Amino acid sequence: MFRNQYDTDVTTWSPQGRLFQVEYAMEAVKQGSAAIGLRSNTHAVLACVNKANSELSSHQRKIFKVDDHIGVAIAGLTADGRVLSRYMRSECINYGYTYESPLPVGRLVVQLADKAQVCTQRSWKRPYGVGLLVAGLDESGPHLYYNCPSGNYFEYQAFAIGSRSQAAKTYLERKFENFPGSSRDELIKDALFAIRETLQGEKLTSTVCTVAVVGVGEAFNILDQETVQALINDFEISGEEGPATTGAAEEAAAAAAADQGGAAAEEEAAPMDI
Amino acid sequence: MDTLLSSEGDSQRTQYPYVTGTSVIGFKYKDGILMAADMGGSYGSTIRYKSVERLKQVGKHSLIGASGEISDFQEILKYLDELILHDNMWDDGNSLGPKEVHNYLTRVMYNRRNKFDPLWNSLIIGGVKNGHKYLGSVGMIGVHFEDDHVATGFGNHLARPILREEWRADLTFEEGVKLLEKCMRNLLYRDRSAVNKLQIAKITEEGLTVSQPYSLKTFWNFAAFENPTVGATGSW
Repeated sequence: MFRNQYDTDVTTWSPQGRLFQVEYAMEAVKQGSAAIGLRSNTHAVLACVNKANSELSSHQRKIFKVDDHIGVAIAGLTADGRVLSRYMRSECINYGYTYESPLPVGRLVVQLADKAQVCTQRSWKRPYGVGLLVAGLDESGPHLYYNCPSGNYFEYQAFAIGSRSQAAKTYLERKFENFPGSSRDELIKDALFAIRETLQGEKLTSTVCTVAVVGVGEAFNILDQETVQALINDFEISGEEGPATTGAAEEAAAAAAADQGGAAAEEEAAPMDI
Repeated sequence: MDTLLSSEGDSQRTQYPYVTGTSVIGFKYKDGILMAADMGGSYGSTIRYKSVERLKQVGKHSLIGASGEISDFQEILKYLDELILHDNMWDDGNSLGPKEVHNYLTRVMYNRRNKFDPLWNSLIIGGVKNGHKYLGSVGMIGVHFEDDHVATGFGNHLARPILREEWRADLTFEEGVKLLEKCMRNLLYRDRSAVNKLQIAKITEEGLTVSQPYSLKTFWNFAAFENPTVGATGSW
């Protein structure tokens, strides 16, 4: 996308009918570190890659618990994400106070989308620079939604956002048909595999990723590091031990061997096919 | 000092009720909820109106029965109408169930009480959603609770003791109606503001029906009512 004379204001249309400021906001999402979400008939899982500015600093919080039945993973301007998470928590609490009942995810997502839309139609505002993957449970089961800076929202079986998310999306596209029937652990395993795709050879350990689950009978919770590392070890997802220079072939061989040896039920193709 | 208890424009305050409905009774039965209320609207000690519908549907899943000031009940129905309208306008798969309606009303009632301007009603909300039966009560001061059988006003004193003895979770519809009629007959004998014209409502997963108004048979052939003064000395 190149600079042009229609991109200064969010309230300026281009002759092609585009709002460039909104599109630039979506670019900010693409630059953030990856976040993925997937759901089955009973659970929804969110996972994200944690970036730290330096070895000295802590990782950025990218997954937020919004209520017992809803959580959100963000990619993009984390500050915007934090503010929107606070809004979501507030809405959930207010609804719960009035109705003694959990706010249906679908309604929260619409409210969030309407809030984002306002920022695309006021000259004194700017769009939120964050994409949100909202995972939640309501009477009709688990749901996964994606909210864009544009004010659009979509429901997904599985989705990935942020940098190198295309690799994860490719993996998810191959596997998503199995997701509805997946068990909780199979779903988490697929989430970890998808995260690994975005790491492009870097070793997957629990220090670089965060995983959260919500489901029937399970309140939204972020898994702690030990649990995630144990899962990575169990599923043997970490990939090759050495530097990430040998590339795809070695990874595929290692993964395939691990899959055949392991208890995996549905690994018909090696994940690192790209 | 005045501003603590009142504001400039406090012309609308229910300090005492004018046209009132008497007891409502409700209980859970095998398939859902049964509720009964008579159709009387009393103006003090006069039974002024005899076709007041005190049982009303709320949305797809709930039923509300009200006693107390009828005009405040009409106001509550307007609030509920708006609530359900907005719920429907979402046009998604979700809908407010009896639990949500009950809690919403609790907030309304309690907040009005805090402003010293109560809605002078005792309300019963019952319903079935996703196979789950719900029955709750909320009054003009915001006291609210759920139970297997509830009543308002005199019903608490005359009907609930019967229900405590004879209510069971697996009552059939016919048994439930007989039990309701037993309670309503009791109220008819003993409550001055009761009228002999009642409606029974049932709500199940399938839907809600409010019966046509009808009357109960009463029995006055007790020996004590014949020649009531025969054994009396003096004017008593």
